[in-house]
Parts: sequence; C-alpha cells; structure tokens
Amino acid sequence: MLDKIKSFFSDEANSKDLAKERLKLVLIHDRISISPELLDNMKEELLTVVSKYVEVERHELDIDFQEQDDDALALVANIPVKELKRRARK
Amino acid sequence: MAGKVLVITSGKGGVGKTTTTANLGTGLAKLGNKVALIDADIGLRNLDVVMGLENRIVYDIVDVVEGNCRLEQALIKDKRYNSLCLLPAAQTRDKTAVNPDEMAELCSELKEEFDYVIVDSPAGIEQGFKNAIAGADRAIIVTTPEVSAVRDADRIIGMLEAEGIKEPEVIINRIRMDMVKKGNMMDIDDMIEILAIKLLGVVPDDEKIVVSTNTGEPIVLNNNAKSGQAFDNIVRRIIGEEVPLMSLDEGLVNKFKRMIGLA
Repeated sequence: MLDKIKSFFSDEANSKDLAKERLKLVLIHDRISISPELLDNMKEELLTVVSKYVEVERHELDIDFQEQDDDALALVANIPVKELKRRARK
Repeated sequence: MAGKVLVITSGKGGVGKTTTTANLGTGLAKLGNKVALIDADIGLRNLDVVMGLENRIVYDIVDVVEGNCRLEQALIKDKRYNSLCLLPAAQTRDKTAVNPDEMAELCSELKEEFDYVIVDSPAGIEQGFKNAIAGADRAIIVTTPEVSAVRDADRIIGMLEAEGIKEPEVIINRIRMDMVKKGNMMDIDDMIEILAIKLLGVVPDDEKIVVSTNTGEPIVLNNNAKSGQAFDNIVRRIIGEEVPLMSLDEGLVNKFKRMIGLA
C-alpha cells in the first residue's frame, strides 16, 4: 500500500521511449540483415581504401545505420582524419 | 464451400498464440461459423488443454498424415459448439513428422468443410512454423508490448511476405493501460508505426485468462471479462464487421481499488 502511494506520487523513469529506441535500432539491423560482424568487415575495407588517400584515426572510425528525420535510412560513416597525405606530383 | 485458412503465429513463445487460437475459434463458432482448429505444435501439444478437450483425443494430426485414420476420425468435437472441431497435435513425435505439402493438403481438405480453419503455429521460425503457414490464406501475428516480442513479430512479417502471405495483421496481447499511461509500456500506436502493419485488435492483460486456462473455458465466452470482449471484437473484425477498438481505460472505481491494493 505504501509503495503504491509512493509510486503514484513519484515520477517513475520513463522506460517506454528507451524501449522504442532500442527496438528501432535492432529492427534496422534485422531488416537489412547486416550483422555487426559484416559491418566490421565493411569498416575494415573502407579503412583500407580511405587510408590510401588520407591518414585517418583508425580507432575512431564509426560507421552505422541511422534513421534520418524523414524516416529514410542512411549509412553514416564518421572518419576523423589525422592529416592529408602529400602526394608527389609529376 | 471454400473456407479461409488463418494461421496464428508470433515467432516468440509465450505471447498467447494458443489462447488466441482457442478464443478466435470459439468466438467464430459462437457466431454460427463452422470452425476447425489445427494444433501445429507437434511434440508440445497444448491447444487441447486450453480448449478443455484433452480427455477426448484418440487420433492426432500425424495419424491422419500417415494414414492411420481418416481426417474425420481425428477431429474432436468441442464441448460447447457442435460446429467447432480440433485436430490435435501428436505429443510423442516432432515437427518433422509432417511436411509443408502435407499440411497444405490437410488445410485444403478442411477448407471444403469448414468456414474457418485456424492453425496454431509453434514458436520459432523452423519447420514447425513453415508447416503451420503452408496452407494459410491469411496470417495473424500475436505480439506483446515488449521489445523482444515485437522484434520477433517483425521478423515473422518478413518471412510471411517472402512466402507470399500478404498483409498479415497483428493482435497486441497483454497490454496494461496503467503502465502505458505511466510511460513504462510501449503504446499501440508506437508498435503499429514500427511494424507498419494492420492492427486487428488489442487484448488487455487480464487475470481472468489465467482462470479460463485453468478451467479450459475460453474467455471469449465470458461477457464480463474485458479480454473476452476484446477477443469477441477481433472475431467480428475477422468476419468483416467494422468494430472500433474498445476503451481499455480502467474505471475510476477499479483505479481506486488498485491503488489501495484491493484489485
């Protein structure tokens, strides 16, 4: 009884929004059927390609699917650059 | 006569597929339809118990498929409605005892005799599920307001569409409006938006369902239970009536009772 009164007056944490966000995220991965391992592979290959041109912070590369404001899905890669490589010109 | 085959499925276990099957079947029979229920959960038979028909089983679905008996011999008549029958699952075999072609054949045979054939699918996405959907014209997915159940429902929707079962519909089971109001349970709109699927109905979480399972009397026969009314509404939507979603808000008296711990 006391618990019930307490919980009635206190602001309980709102876990519904967390559930929604987590659900949306797992569904993005489920629907696209790209596993985290596959995403890691993509990350590695991307790094190999990008590193040919610019020096990047390997450990800070972040790549994932994100829902845009218009509900469209985007593959977003954030690749911090250390420095541009000076390429020898002929 | 060509009836319709509905499959009740979910992916996740324990969300209320069997209870839903029993109630939709009983509700459809109550309105005068001829209904056959198929328990496709071979090895984990339960629809007979929920229907209160466990003492009447002589033959089962595997006996029919293997030719040990005729289909009519395996069909058990319901206690309450003459127009309602159950084809029980085998308990001592596994899902491989029946294949999708045999299941489809069974469904099309039953369709000739019955207005509605309802298949209770086992949990999972393996052969038992594939058997269950093999003869289906229409799919009803049962889910609960939990991340795990909705996730599995989403996967099932994808698999059904891949199998050519278009426009599945969803029943959201065990919703608790008190928790939704406090922001601690996903609400109906959230789930429908995420799943992008047609809502067939919402069933409130109800202690009376536990009692009805104890006694083997489907809750749809109890006019005083909210969950029973919810199933009755769903039945009416299945036969094509327009029935608005019922209000799930608890009355002031009940709310007070719950607050002071009486209910």
